[in-house]
Amino acid sequence: MRPILLKGHERPLTFLKYNRDGDLLFSCAKDHNPNVWFADNGERLGNYKGHNGAVWCCDVTRDSRFLVTGSADQSAKLWDVETGVQLYSFTFETPARSVAFSEGEKLLLITTDPFMGAPSAIHIKRVEAERTEQTQDSIEIIKGHVGRVTRAVWGPLNTTIISCGEDGTIRQWDASNGKELNMKEAHSKNIQTLSMSADGSHFITASADKSAKLFDTRTFELLKTYQAERPINAAAISPLLDHVVLGGGQEARDVTTTSSRAGKFEAKFYHKIFEEEIGGVKGHFGPINALAFNPDGRSFASGGEDGYVRVHHFDAEYFTMKV
Amino acid sequence: MAPPIDGRVRWGDDLDDDGDDGLEGVLPPIQVLGPDENGYKIVIEYRYNERDEKVKVTTKSRVKKQVKKMNKNVIKRRQWRKFGDAALVSGNQNVTIVSTEEIFLERVKGPSGGKEAEKNELAGLVASGNTSLIVCRICGKKGDHWTSKCPYKDLAKDGMFQDKAPTEDGAPGAASAGAAPGRGAYVPPSMRAGANKEGEGMRQRGRDDNSIRVTNLSEDTREADLMELFRPFGPISRIYVAFDRETGLSRGFAFINFVNRDDAIRAISKINGYGYDNLILKVEWATPREDKR
Repeated sequence: MRPILLKGHERPLTFLKYNRDGDLLFSCAKDHNPNVWFADNGERLGNYKGHNGAVWCCDVTRDSRFLVTGSADQSAKLWDVETGVQLYSFTFETPARSVAFSEGEKLLLITTDPFMGAPSAIHIKRVEAERTEQTQDSIEIIKGHVGRVTRAVWGPLNTTIISCGEDGTIRQWDASNGKELNMKEAHSKNIQTLSMSADGSHFITASADKSAKLFDTRTFELLKTYQAERPINAAAISPLLDHVVLGGGQEARDVTTTSSRAGKFEAKFYHKIFEEEIGGVKGHFGPINALAFNPDGRSFASGGEDGYVRVHHFDAEYFTMKV
Repeated sequence: MAPPIDGRVRWGDDLDDDGDDGLEGVLPPIQVLGPDENGYKIVIEYRYNERDEKVKVTTKSRVKKQVKKMNKNVIKRRQWRKFGDAALVSGNQNVTIVSTEEIFLERVKGPSGGKEAEKNELAGLVASGNTSLIVCRICGKKGDHWTSKCPYKDLAKDGMFQDKAPTEDGAPGAASAGAAPGRGAYVPPSMRAGANKEGEGMRQRGRDDNSIRVTNLSEDTREADLMELFRPFGPISRIYVAFDRETGLSRGFAFINFVNRDDAIRAISKINGYGYDNLILKVEWATPREDKR
């Protein structure tokens, strides 16, 4: 396959997100402007200007009309996907990190980092259909993680929220009252991100302890462990085949001290069930920070510390290969 | 030739005018027939070949329409206007690059068995005892044991068979120092004490007993093709395809060395007379070159 290289960012990538139909790819980076691309040919549709800090995360509605971004400038912003116009800005006392629309897009969760003595928190906001009625008020503010909450997502039917943090734990919260339902010390080091499967029944965590783990969404039962030999920054589950892809590499500050070969910057494919490594896709010359599968499972995108997004459309052999 | 109206001479017009002068240069127009109900389209065109002869070229092709289903919303989004930096003239330059490099999903192990199978094979070789791959460096016995398992290991200490890597103090093969011109100098394996002076290295090992000759090969057969063809019979230690030194083309024959004689016998019986690349292969025992001369 010949990957498409997207050079729309000047700083390391932080997050990648495909829309529901898989035709648009949103990319967030430590520079201030998230980009949107046509996923099939890599053409840039536009970028969203308005943030004043690193953009950590984004989410898009199912109908691809609205985008929400969370940024280190202590705000989360709502955008019109088509025109790039900023619709609303939620402001916080501390940097915003992870954002996610609920199923149905009536609710929005935004996590904030600990800062100046304030602990990390998960804020739940109501999304109004009329933008003029939109308010800053949080329905619920959930606190409990030690250190940063790196990623939070909605559980099945919006009844729960699942979060992971720098304390190496995964936690399940009751979305209606903010009570902690379940907690598991999943990793020995900080968890960088978590990623849901297409049906939401299980999710994968990526950790700096050089492993990725697959958990049941409801029970938090540990299903599988994928062992790697480098810290993992990103993980994604294929919606089509029983594959997971892990990305990472040695820490950015150590990169210059070793050759790129020693850095282990490939995206590694593992068999989801057998936990066996299938192969690697090379290309980045820095650690991979973000991974996303196209919802049709026929392509995936990786974003690296090197500032590039690489969109890979799989060859026909990928779908027929024996493991 | 009409004078150019706008004062510029266009060389393209010039050429056209010349061509109109004689009927010699006129070619019949290109004819396009079809596509018919089966999608077959015929294009007939005329041109000159390099010897200035008029040739008629008929191209028959099949036109097939492929329907690709696309989401209505996706098509609508395709029409969206660019915004932000992408709307600028320079905004989308050098932003999207298709990699010139072909990137593959690099497999950790081959699709078939991989290392494990290879290991089993070697173990099988030792068990069968019928091999030329395993040669003991101490006693020189073939196909019986590895050097480290040699029953004459103890004798080797006395310097009888000494053939060792440099010892702790840095002197290569201390026991063989007698043969060496000076302490510490390199002694080629063939010169060391206990070595087979005839040098049974490359020359003989290359042409062993289990060598078969394959003739009537097509010109574009490569070692890999033969490997694919003969590998099912058993482990192969060497494949040699003869190439012409001047032209670089295959000379149409190859030698294949099997590890086991039985495999070679089976390969001859099965592949001899086998059709390969529309040629009938001839497979037989390779006769040593010395006999031929």
